[in-house]
Amino acid sequence: MTTIAADAHGHAHDHHDADHKPAFFARWFMSTNHKDIGTLYLIFAIIAGIIGGGISGLMRAELAQPGIQYLQTWAQMMEGPDADITKAYHLWNVLITAHGLIMVFFMVMPAIIGGFGNWFVPIMIGAPDMAFPRMNNISFWLLIPAFLLLLGSTFVPGGAGNGAGTGWTVYAPLSTSGSPGPAVDMAILSLHLAGASSILGAINFITTIFNMRAPGMTLHKMPLFVWSVLVTAFLLLLALPVLAAAITMLLTDRNFGTVFYDGLKGGDPELYQHLFWFFGHPEVYIMILPGFGIVSQIVSTFSRKPVFGYLGMAYAMVAIGVVGFVVWAHHMYTTGMSVNVKMYFTAATMVIAVPTGVKIFSWIATMWGGSLSFKTPMVWALGFIFMFTVGGVTGVVLANGGVDDVMHDTYYVVAHFHYVLSLGAVFSLFAGFYYWFPKMTGRMYSEVLGQLHFWIFFIGVNVLFFPMHFLGLSGMPRRYPDYPEAFAYWNKIASHGYEIMSVGVLIWFVNIIWSLTAGRKAEGNPWGDGATTLEWTLSSPPPYHQFETLPVIEDSAHH
Amino acid sequence: MAGAKNHDYHILPPSIWPLMGSMSALALAMGGIMWMHPEQMGNAGAAVFYLGLAGVLATMFFWWTDVVKEAHAGDHTPVVSLHLRYGMILFIASEVMFFVGWFWAFFDFSLFPSALEPIEGLFPSKDIEVLNAFELPLLNTLILLCSGTTVTWAHHSLIHGDREGLKKGLLATILLGMLFTSIQAYEYVHAPFAFGETPYGSAFYMATGFHGFHVLVGTIFLIVCLVRANKGHFTPRQHFGFEAAAWYWHFVDVVWLFLFAAIYVWGGWGAPVHGG
Repeated sequence: MTTIAADAHGHAHDHHDADHKPAFFARWFMSTNHKDIGTLYLIFAIIAGIIGGGISGLMRAELAQPGIQYLQTWAQMMEGPDADITKAYHLWNVLITAHGLIMVFFMVMPAIIGGFGNWFVPIMIGAPDMAFPRMNNISFWLLIPAFLLLLGSTFVPGGAGNGAGTGWTVYAPLSTSGSPGPAVDMAILSLHLAGASSILGAINFITTIFNMRAPGMTLHKMPLFVWSVLVTAFLLLLALPVLAAAITMLLTDRNFGTVFYDGLKGGDPELYQHLFWFFGHPEVYIMILPGFGIVSQIVSTFSRKPVFGYLGMAYAMVAIGVVGFVVWAHHMYTTGMSVNVKMYFTAATMVIAVPTGVKIFSWIATMWGGSLSFKTPMVWALGFIFMFTVGGVTGVVLANGGVDDVMHDTYYVVAHFHYVLSLGAVFSLFAGFYYWFPKMTGRMYSEVLGQLHFWIFFIGVNVLFFPMHFLGLSGMPRRYPDYPEAFAYWNKIASHGYEIMSVGVLIWFVNIIWSLTAGRKAEGNPWGDGATTLEWTLSSPPPYHQFETLPVIEDSAHH
Repeated sequence: MAGAKNHDYHILPPSIWPLMGSMSALALAMGGIMWMHPEQMGNAGAAVFYLGLAGVLATMFFWWTDVVKEAHAGDHTPVVSLHLRYGMILFIASEVMFFVGWFWAFFDFSLFPSALEPIEGLFPSKDIEVLNAFELPLLNTLILLCSGTTVTWAHHSLIHGDREGLKKGLLATILLGMLFTSIQAYEYVHAPFAFGETPYGSAFYMATGFHGFHVLVGTIFLIVCLVRANKGHFTPRQHFGFEAAAWYWHFVDVVWLFLFAAIYVWGGWGAPVHGG
């Protein structure tokens, strides 16, 4: 058990009153408090998620039947009554681009690292705040201009129509000579600002975790969520600057006459793909690793057992992070690379299945013989384990360079990465949301609504994404607004899946509003003996400045 | 748990600079985009850009002024000082990865030149005369290496309480940095190949150009240190502002060594030399 030897009764004579909060503007716009900044990140991520999720609703509406359904009408709404079919097709590209960029950079990352990382990393290591509290705030506030630039790009020319229609990967030459007009420049600078935000955040997390652990909190006693954020922060720190260089080359190719990606002038469009995926592959681990951490905390809590194979779990994440840097070209199998290179990237990619398997089996072993209780956070975590395994298995299929020659850019790929992200990362987000909701707000959520939310959402996303495997295997390419009759059946099913999922999300909103207004007051530790990390030793919500006297972690403590 | 702060960490009061910096960054980015697309976005681009730039620079000035004030107020306890060290090292690590991107482009073009017109498997491509690595670029290498020693001179003087040595060493480093930048500017103006147009020109100017920008930033950082030294800041025990500037300067120096070896010497090997 974690034993806290904290002197709870300090001296009341100075301005450092632990619960003294600044006035409204100073508190929310000038914040230096990790919990307030975490809350801002979560609110931001929910808003971005509504927008990004709404866009996928538009996409599923269009794809519900073969033929162009609504796209031309929407293009006319956006760009005037004479918008032709070319503009409608461009609008489709804008929708898929916006959906991808918003979900990756403005929903998952802000929620899981900015939101939960900010809220709980300092508390879990027994620190009063982040190492750089003021820099923490600019990490959040840089996301606002980044998001505004991306949203604003929809309303300015970007080639065939308004908006950036390059896909979230922003491949050249579509993003250079193929997209004149300011929209793609706005998207590029949006990524620059979001990247700067994340690099500063990464520096903050690494420094905090290395330097601010409470006495006795050795690296090998840190909760796995903290380990996951540590590994993630290193991936951010080392991967994002390469993206910054890659998109700076896009910017200069577009506007200042360089020819980095211009094949006609001797440049190399494939160079962009290498640089992008050298960032992009670590990026997918950036989205999922903190989810691993959250699931570890929750499975342990609701099994009333320490995590099975704690050190193996921690170093499995380190291994995934390290190997994740040398597998990037498995996103590029169809660019004409040599068989030897394909063989290397196939083998290296499959190696990642080993530490990932360590994690899956250790979660199962944690539950084995445990005193299980299937509260809402636990069912989300179990949903995560199941769905992430499905996505992981299709990942192993796609890892094969030869197989990918036929799978590349089909709906099989779409199904794969939505199983690891929409049903992986997002499930871990909901798991963490319910797990920590009582801690963050001081109120219990509704267990009935939480379970209902889970089951409806779980059914919805599976109906939505599972048929995409079939569509992909029968050859339906991704990123098209139309398809032949042969693909109509499963597309219709998938669009119904979206409807079911939306009902789940509505129940979640109802749950939030109900819980914040009428929810039962939460005690410090609502989860009982299984919850052993430091946040459960504090009140719910915690004092404005926790740990004014640092907790001491005794030798007998475990994770 | 109301009570006194009972630890050595730095709990900060609210600050407006992050918000101001972000909004300035928005103006900077949007101004730049408008400036690049006057046909669609009007003629206010440059004005918005410079407004944003002024905001970013002002934010930096006020923010770091606050940091210096906090250092003098004793907020930089040993553990907070350690935070700053970690922060600077990690920032430099991210900068290294930024340059990895530019070197990647350079090696892509040099090791795998396009087989097609107008490159035809040659790097640098056939119409390009390169700069002679062993004239001004070698001189610039020696200048930067020398500046690495003068900044160490300043550091040792500081540690031994010799303020005059600190100032002289800093001044020498700053002058050498400016000399480097001047020679670099001279080379750019007289270079026999254009910015862009070819892969060689693109990789050369963007990689050395971003390095040059970092030299400018490092020089400004050292000038700030000199101003602070003149004001009596820095003690033999506590002078992290100076150390960060010195680390940054060494980082810029090392990047140059790689640029010199890879782009100027190896990258121009066998190509016709300008004026030679």
